[in-house]
Amino acid sequence: MSAYLLRRIGTSIIVLIGISIFMYLLLHSVFPSPARIALGLRANQAQIDAFNKEHGFDRPVFEQYLTYINGLVHGNLGYSYAENQTVASLFQERLARSIYLSGISLIFAIAIAIPLGIFQAVRRNSLGDNVATSAAFILYSMPSFFLGLILIQVFALSFPILGFEASQSTSIWTVIGDWHDMLLPILTLTLITVANFSRYMRSSSIDVLAQDYIKVARAKGLPERLVLSRHMVRNASLPMVTLIGLFLPALLAGNLVTETLFNYPGLGLLFFNSLGKEDYPVLLAYTLIGAVFVVLGNFVADIALTVADPRIRLA
Amino acid sequence: MAAPNASLPPLDITRAPEGGEVGAVQSGWRLALREFVRNRLAVTGVGILLFFVVFCFLGPYFYHTNLLTVSLINAHDPPGAGHPLGADVNGFDVLGELMKGGQAALEVGFFAAFVAITIGALVGAVAGLAGGIVDTVLMRIVDIFLSIPFLFVVLILAAKYGASVLSLSLVIGGFSWQVPARLVRGEVLTIRERDFVLAARTAGTGSWRLIRKHLLPNSLGVMIVNVTFQVADAILAVAYIGFLGFGLHYPNLDWGDMISDGVGYMQDGYWWLIYPVGVCIVLTVMALNFIGDALRDSLDVRLRRR
Repeated sequence: MSAYLLRRIGTSIIVLIGISIFMYLLLHSVFPSPARIALGLRANQAQIDAFNKEHGFDRPVFEQYLTYINGLVHGNLGYSYAENQTVASLFQERLARSIYLSGISLIFAIAIAIPLGIFQAVRRNSLGDNVATSAAFILYSMPSFFLGLILIQVFALSFPILGFEASQSTSIWTVIGDWHDMLLPILTLTLITVANFSRYMRSSSIDVLAQDYIKVARAKGLPERLVLSRHMVRNASLPMVTLIGLFLPALLAGNLVTETLFNYPGLGLLFFNSLGKEDYPVLLAYTLIGAVFVVLGNFVADIALTVADPRIRLA
Repeated sequence: MAAPNASLPPLDITRAPEGGEVGAVQSGWRLALREFVRNRLAVTGVGILLFFVVFCFLGPYFYHTNLLTVSLINAHDPPGAGHPLGADVNGFDVLGELMKGGQAALEVGFFAAFVAITIGALVGAVAGLAGGIVDTVLMRIVDIFLSIPFLFVVLILAAKYGASVLSLSLVIGGFSWQVPARLVRGEVLTIRERDFVLAARTAGTGSWRLIRKHLLPNSLGVMIVNVTFQVADAILAVAYIGFLGFGLHYPNLDWGDMISDGVGYMQDGYWWLIYPVGVCIVLTVMALNFIGDALRDSLDVRLRRR
C-alpha cells in the first residue's frame, strides 16, 4: 500500500513538473509579455522594450519560468495590469463564490445520482429506467449552455418564477441565501453532472446486483430496502469516489460556461473576461492552478478509491 | 490394398456429415456489422448523421440564401414567407445559416478526430511496441497532456489563432489524442504477443512495417469506436468555443456563434435564433453517441454477453 502511495506521489510530481513547464511555454508563446496591456495600444517599441527589461520579460524563457514558479510557491501569482490588482487577490475575491456554485451542484448531483442509478439498476429496462437513460443521454449530448438557455426560457422568461442572472452580490452569505437568482445556475450544473454520474452509477449498480452477497442477503430474508441500503449503496458508489476526485478541478477552477451564461462573478467568468482582454498573468495563473488541481484530483481519486475499496488494497 | 483416398467422396465443407447446412465462414467485421445493424438506435444515428451531411453540404445548392449582405429590413423576421426558420440580427436566413454552420461543425468534428486518432495511434503503437524507457516516457507525456484542463487551453489557443476550420481542428485534435493513445497502446500490448507478430518479426519485419501492417490494422476496432466519440466531443467543443465568442466569425459562422448571437434576444422572444441551432447540435452529437455505443457493443466481444 505505501509502495503504491509512494509510486503515485512520484508520478504525480513528475506530471506536475512536466505540465507546469508545458503550460508556461505554451502561454508564453501565445502572450510573450503584458507590455501592450500595461502601456496601452499606442505604446511604441522603445517603451515596450523598457517595460520588458524592467519587469524581466526579456530574459531567457527558462529563467522566467523558474522565477515564476518560485513566486508561485511563495504565493505570488503575478500581477494583472488590466485589472490593476495582484492575481492572487483577484482569485481570492471570487474563490468562495465558485466553490459555492460547484460545491452545492456536486452535493445535489450526488444526492440525486446515487438513488437514481440504484433505481435504474433495480428496475432495469422498465419504463422508468428507459426514461431516465434517454434523459441522461440527451443531457450529455447537449452543450451545457443550451440546457441553461432552455431552463432560463422555461423558468425565467415564459413563467417568471426565477431570475435569469445569477446573484451579483459580493457577500457569499447573500449569494447563498438568494435562491431566486441562484437556482437556475445550480440546476443547470446539477443536471449535467447527474447525467454523467448516473451512467456510471447505473452500470456499477447492475454489476453489484449480480454479486453473490446480494443473493445471500435476499435469501436470508432481508427486506429489499435493507439489502439496498446496507449492501448495495456502499459497493455501488465506488466509481463515484473516482468521479468526485475528477470533479475537483471543476470545483475550484469555476465552471466556465455556466458562470459566463448566468453572469456569475466567479473564477470562470474571470477567465472568460481575461481571455477577451488578453490578460496574460491571470490566464497563466489560472491554467497552471487548474492543471495542478487536475493532477491533485486524479491523485485524490486514486488514493480515495484505494482506501474505500479493500479489494484494491489487498490485491 | 486400394489407394485409401480413392473410395472417399471429395470433402464438402458446406454440408455437415450428419446432414444439414453449415453456414459460410464469416469474418469478424461481417459479424460486427450484423450486430450493428440490429441495433435500432445505431441505425437511427447513422440516418440522422447522413441527413445532416446531406442537409449541410448539399442543401445550399438547392436552397439559396444570401449570408454575406446584411439586410436590416429583414432583421429578426419571424418564421414565415421568405424565411422558413426566420432571420437573424443581420437579416440572414436562419435555415441557410444552419447549413453553413453545420458544414463548419462537421468539418471541424471529423478533421479534429482525424488529427487526434493519427497522433494517438502513432504514440500508442510506438509506446506499446517499444516498451521499456520509451514506453514510460511516452506514457508520462500522455499523463501530462491528460492533466491539461482541456477547455481552458483550447479556448486560449482558439482566441489567439482560432479563426478558421483548420486551426480549430488542429487545436481541438491536438489536445484530444491522449485517450486513443492509451487505447491503442493497450491493444498493441496484447497483439504483439500473438504468433503472427512473432512470425513477422522472425522474418525480419522492421518496426514501422510491423506497426503499419500488423499492429494498427488489428487495433482498428478500438480506434473506430474512439474516433466516433472524438467527433462527437469535437462538435461539442466547437459549440462551446463558438458560444463563448472565439469561433468562426463573419463571413464564416458556426452553430455556437449563432447561439451566442441569439442569446441577447431571448427576452424579446426570438426563439428561432436559438432553439433550431441547439436542436441541431444535440441531434448530431446524439447520433454520433448512438453510433459509438453500438460500435463498441458490436466490436467488443466481452460486452456482448450482457
